[in-house]
Amino acid sequence: MFSRNYREKTIESVLFAVSALTVVILFLICLFLFRDGLTLFEDVPFLSFVTGKFWYPTSVNAQFGLLPLFLGSLIVTAGAILFSVPLGIASAVFISELASPKVADFLKPFVEILAGVPSVVYGFFGLVVLVPFIRETFNLPTGQTALTGSIMLGVMALPTIISISEDAISSVPGSLKQGSLALGATRWQTIYKVTVPAALSGISAAVMLGMGRAIGETMTVMMVTGNTAIIPSFPGGILDPVRTMTATIALEMGEVPQGSDHFHALFAVGSVLFIVTFLINLLADAIKKKYRFKVD
Amino acid sequence: MGLNAKTSERIAFAFLTLAALTVAGFVLFILYYIVSNGYNAISIEFLTEMPRKMMTEGGIYPAIVGTIYLIIGSMLVALPMGILAAIYLTEYAGQNRTTWAIEMAINNLAGTPSVVFGLFGLAMFVKYLGFGPSLLSASLTLGLLIIPVIIRSSEEALLAVPPEYREASLALGISKWQTIRHVVLPASIPGIVTGSILSIGRVAGETAPILLTGAAYFLPRLPDSVYSQFMALPYHLFVLATAGTNIAQTRPLQYGTALVLLMIVLAVNFVAVLVRRYYRQKLKI
Repeated sequence: MFSRNYREKTIESVLFAVSALTVVILFLICLFLFRDGLTLFEDVPFLSFVTGKFWYPTSVNAQFGLLPLFLGSLIVTAGAILFSVPLGIASAVFISELASPKVADFLKPFVEILAGVPSVVYGFFGLVVLVPFIRETFNLPTGQTALTGSIMLGVMALPTIISISEDAISSVPGSLKQGSLALGATRWQTIYKVTVPAALSGISAAVMLGMGRAIGETMTVMMVTGNTAIIPSFPGGILDPVRTMTATIALEMGEVPQGSDHFHALFAVGSVLFIVTFLINLLADAIKKKYRFKVD
Repeated sequence: MGLNAKTSERIAFAFLTLAALTVAGFVLFILYYIVSNGYNAISIEFLTEMPRKMMTEGGIYPAIVGTIYLIIGSMLVALPMGILAAIYLTEYAGQNRTTWAIEMAINNLAGTPSVVFGLFGLAMFVKYLGFGPSLLSASLTLGLLIIPVIIRSSEEALLAVPPEYREASLALGISKWQTIRHVVLPASIPGIVTGSILSIGRVAGETAPILLTGAAYFLPRLPDSVYSQFMALPYHLFVLATAGTNIAQTRPLQYGTALVLLMIVLAVNFVAVLVRRYYRQKLKI
């Protein structure tokens, strides 16, 4: 009996240790990212990194200004969200409220495929289809623009937004909808005055997570946005080339001498990216928890 | 007023339908475009030969093999860890601060951009542990990347096992671990397998992490050890499409590579659906 208890306890401890490894991994990511990132500030003042308007990492007087990259990520992500949020939520409402079970079962695999396509394939598709299309439509010198990136990222954020919103919408209790319908409201009135507001926390979390997905996407933006590190003007800059934080890391890491300021600057950019997505995740989590719909 | 509400309902429903059709349309267009342009490039030679003449001719054999090695390597890292963690979280963990921290860590790992995993892999595996740019560094990095996916899907599979199974077994005096091993795990295997298969698709398609941890631009031979660099399909496609010696001339090779990559991911998804369906029917009997 003693040995059996001992065995059980040992197994539980091992399982716990393995689970706790996830926390260790997160900690190690912070440690290794921040360690190399913070080294930059031995040579470059923190303020000039955060507020610097120029990213000239290889010139003689190298400048490591975060702003063009940060704003680049911001403009591309904002564009993606503007386009994918209405489309995603509308599709989620259609799948969970309008479509017959058969139609819904038919549509869901499309969303899964959209989520499964590798980002480099999206990038390639954007490069051969959307880039020439944007160039000709707007009569631009190049079709590799912030808008191109926004459209591709919008498509890529769709599955996240659709599947999480759909979960939220279909978990709204039927009694609420029936109550509304019984009062004489139409199905549409019920959807936009009862169902969607009741699912709003889940939908907001879906939007946050879609945003996280878009801001962290690398290969697609790298292939379709032209990668010019200048502060985008607004709103005209949407048709100019732009460079995101993610693309900068992936483009430049291969060519920098390890241990140089440039190397550390890329880790600093990575740290900023990590902190931003970390905050977005925490926020999404908090929204979901705080406003979780309570019945019974 | 009644007519008004009816009319606005009709308009609204038309828009919702249009939105769903647009999404389905995107998928069909992307698939059609890659398939129709890529299938001409696919041949036995394309799949089994080394790239030649600075990658303007020949096949993608080393990239296919590299991607398979990455899948095996990252699964060896992520599967045991992901499943064990899921067992702890569903069967043992109480509602306390430690569990909250673990849940939070998993959520954040799931939302961390893949390029950040790449930076981490570079700093920790390539540099600090001295594995160099290699199959080992890249497999470890991708393994960590998919752990949250495997934990989440395994958790779902374990939770789907009815509590009666556990209670019946425990009532017979069988210990908790033996109940898990001989009752709960076998019943949840289909769900766990489905989740793992889906994460294979993820590994096959990830580019940014391997770009930083060991994928080679051009390497016309197979990796001979875990410390070798390697070619992989997604990076190969990226290189051909953006940095190749002759981007226009190699267009057919690019479409071919994109199609092979897409087919691997779709096949993996399809197999996962079949596994799920097969076991569901088996469980019903």
